[in-house]
Amino acid sequence: MRIKRALLVLIATLSLAVSSVAEEPRIRCASTTSTQNSGLFGHILPLFEKKTGIAVDIIAVGTGAAIEIGKRGDADVVFVHAKEQELQAVREGYFTDRHDVMYNDFVLIGPAADPAAIKGVKSVTDAFRKIAATSALFVSRGDKSGTHTKELSIWEKAGMSPKGQAWYLEAGQGMEKTQRIADEKRAYTLTDRGTWLATKEKDRLEMAVVREGDPLLMNQYGVMAVNPERQKHANYARAMKFINWLISREGQEAIASFTDGQGNRLFTPNAR
Amino acid sequence: MDFIAEGFKKAFVLIVHFDGELLGIIALSLKVSGLALVISSVAGLPTGAFIALKRIPAKGALISVMNTFMGLPPVVAGLFLYLLLSRSGPLGFMGLLYTPWAMVAAQTVLAFPIVTSLTHAAVVGVDPIIRQASMTLGASPFQVTRTIVAEARYGILSGVMAAFGRVMAEVGAILIVGGNIAGRTRVMTTAIALETDKGNFELALALGIILLAISLMINVLLHLVQRKGSLRTELWL
Repeated sequence: MRIKRALLVLIATLSLAVSSVAEEPRIRCASTTSTQNSGLFGHILPLFEKKTGIAVDIIAVGTGAAIEIGKRGDADVVFVHAKEQELQAVREGYFTDRHDVMYNDFVLIGPAADPAAIKGVKSVTDAFRKIAATSALFVSRGDKSGTHTKELSIWEKAGMSPKGQAWYLEAGQGMEKTQRIADEKRAYTLTDRGTWLATKEKDRLEMAVVREGDPLLMNQYGVMAVNPERQKHANYARAMKFINWLISREGQEAIASFTDGQGNRLFTPNAR
Repeated sequence: MDFIAEGFKKAFVLIVHFDGELLGIIALSLKVSGLALVISSVAGLPTGAFIALKRIPAKGALISVMNTFMGLPPVVAGLFLYLLLSRSGPLGFMGLLYTPWAMVAAQTVLAFPIVTSLTHAAVVGVDPIIRQASMTLGASPFQVTRTIVAEARYGILSGVMAAFGRVMAEVGAILIVGGNIAGRTRVMTTAIALETDKGNFELALALGIILLAISLMINVLLHLVQRKGSLRTELWL
């Protein structure tokens, strides 16, 4: 009996310890690993919280998973980078109030020696064709992320389907891990400039940008609220406060003022 | 092998600085895993003993299922619970997803089969003479059970320790149902995974070293309890 009572006390204590006390207003935002890992949220969320008193809980997953989490009603707001998919989900009625927030761009990176001689080709689609033609190794995210979606659309534009080819490796991992795999394998990969700038020194990548600047390589980030008519418990009012702040002058300036350690701006605000 | 020294150095610095965020993460790890362990033990010990001692139909199949679930991939457990606890799932109305409670539930699912299975094995392993002897001495069925379970206590404790190791090391399930939210559901293992993703390898390794040190302390403590128990038994004899 003594043991039983001790156990009850232990369970009660731990239960109390796990359940949190006094709640400040919060919202839950499903977003991508690139925004979290670059440190952007660490820079802008304290500013938003200071202004509105609303704390934002970030669930950082791939873009595909983030949209799915929003569709299922497990977040109030979704902040990702796959515009086509976002607009599609809005059309299907899962989300409302989608806005462009900021962009950076994708860059094609590869071994510093550039074995497939990509530098100097006319376009990123040509670069992709050349990688395929020379069977140079290419590492794909392979995880339905925004970057993966972009990469697939470039292959499609280049008129190729690389899946299953011996030189085409699907990592199924986040951007930074994918970069490291590409580095180890002396392979090419498509990355976002934010992750590339933030990590190339730290990870000692022996890689270089071999193609950049194509309009096709623009990486647009957007934010949207979970449709409260579909998901009754979604906190639409607070989600809109967050969205409106992000696209306000104040929010846009917060994004613009975020830089990596070397003073490079990682995201360019472009809300209208 | 510089990185190991670097990891230890960083771990030491982190501990000495008594970083508030780190303490919160450690505390949540211990609370979540501790609670999951207590719940799975309270449920698993009697279940394991029951399966071992009673004549029940399809016992072999039941044991095989339990043993299989000892190898349940955490990601599968996490995904199953996510779909269950999601707002669109059957238990969504409880609003438990992305809270420590969901993490406790996930770890309980992982720990319960281990406690049950190893308790069963420990109880089955008790010399049948004990049962016969205590029955001969006129023990009631309850007393017989108690005697056998007491005899199996070291094996049972090993099962509890194995379950503790599993939940403290686990990352796949709590990442899915907890969401690794800073200051809310971030625990040691998910923090290590995040820092690895961010390329902060030394920091990740340092956190790993701290996690192992904590596990070591707890295991030493359990070992002392176990030894104290055995000393007392010897005095009784």
